Amino acid sequence: MIPTHYYLILSAILFGLGVVAFVSRRNIITIFMSIELMLNAVNLAFVAFSQAWNRLDGQVFVLFVIVVAAAEAAVGLGIIILIARNRQSLNVERVDLLKL
Amino acid sequence: MNAPLVVFFVLATMAILGAISLIVQRHPIHSALSLIVVMIALAGLYLLMGAEFVAAVQIIVYGGAIMVLFVFVIMLLNAGVEERTNFSKMAGLAGLPLTIALMGLLAAAVARSTDRVQAASTTGAVAPTKALAGLLFQDFVYPFELTSFLILVAILGAIVLAQREKI
Repeated sequence: MIPTHYYLILSAILFGLGVVAFVSRRNIITIFMSIELMLNAVNLAFVAFSQAWNRLDGQVFVLFVIVVAAAEAAVGLGIIILIARNRQSLNVERVDLLKL
Repeated sequence: MNAPLVVFFVLATMAILGAISLIVQRHPIHSALSLIVVMIALAGLYLLMGAEFVAAVQIIVYGGAIMVLFVFVIMLLNAGVEERTNFSKMAGLAGLPLTIALMGLLAAAVARSTDRVQAASTTGAVAPTKALAGLLFQDFVYPFELTSFLILVAILGAIVLAQREKI
């Protein structure tokens, strides 16, 4: 049987890598994908705790997180399409004005 | 070293390498493919933990639907290799120590709680997916119905945002 803290350490590493991607990348789509990576890391911790306490509430929560991530991806990618259409660039450095 | 531990380390290595590849790749489509590798590896880990339904949902919804949406948008916008700006290095310089601090904080919390969090035996007699359905449609039925409303709002929002001209 695998100790639960192995999963938690893996989850922390993945979350940290997601933060690194979030702050170091300039492409808005990649930044959005790093948010998905962080959500996945949190899901892993949820399932690990659900297994550790032998309760299924954590897995239900993971399903809700996946639903919210799907909704977020739909709206976020719509916003990205709009930004790319208005600025002709996906670089977040060039998206620093509220009004063109 | 027993077999589940070997499987765990293989999948964990796959996930971490995929996440590193997500950071290192300069083209967004390569980053998207790396993220799919991470998600498949996580689905394998869920299977290892006995969460079959979550593993299936992970592959179908995350690996399938959400990542196809990402790849579709990348191709639609014809996104190329990302350009480097001067600020990128500064962000890396500031972000790396902060990330190491964050991971240290998380590692300390995990290390402090290891004596309380023990590996439980595999789930008992009741089938996990059946019990999950019972929990989802009885105890969590109101949040579950709320998510359908959330999805509806998200669909409307995406349509309004992405349409070309105003109505």
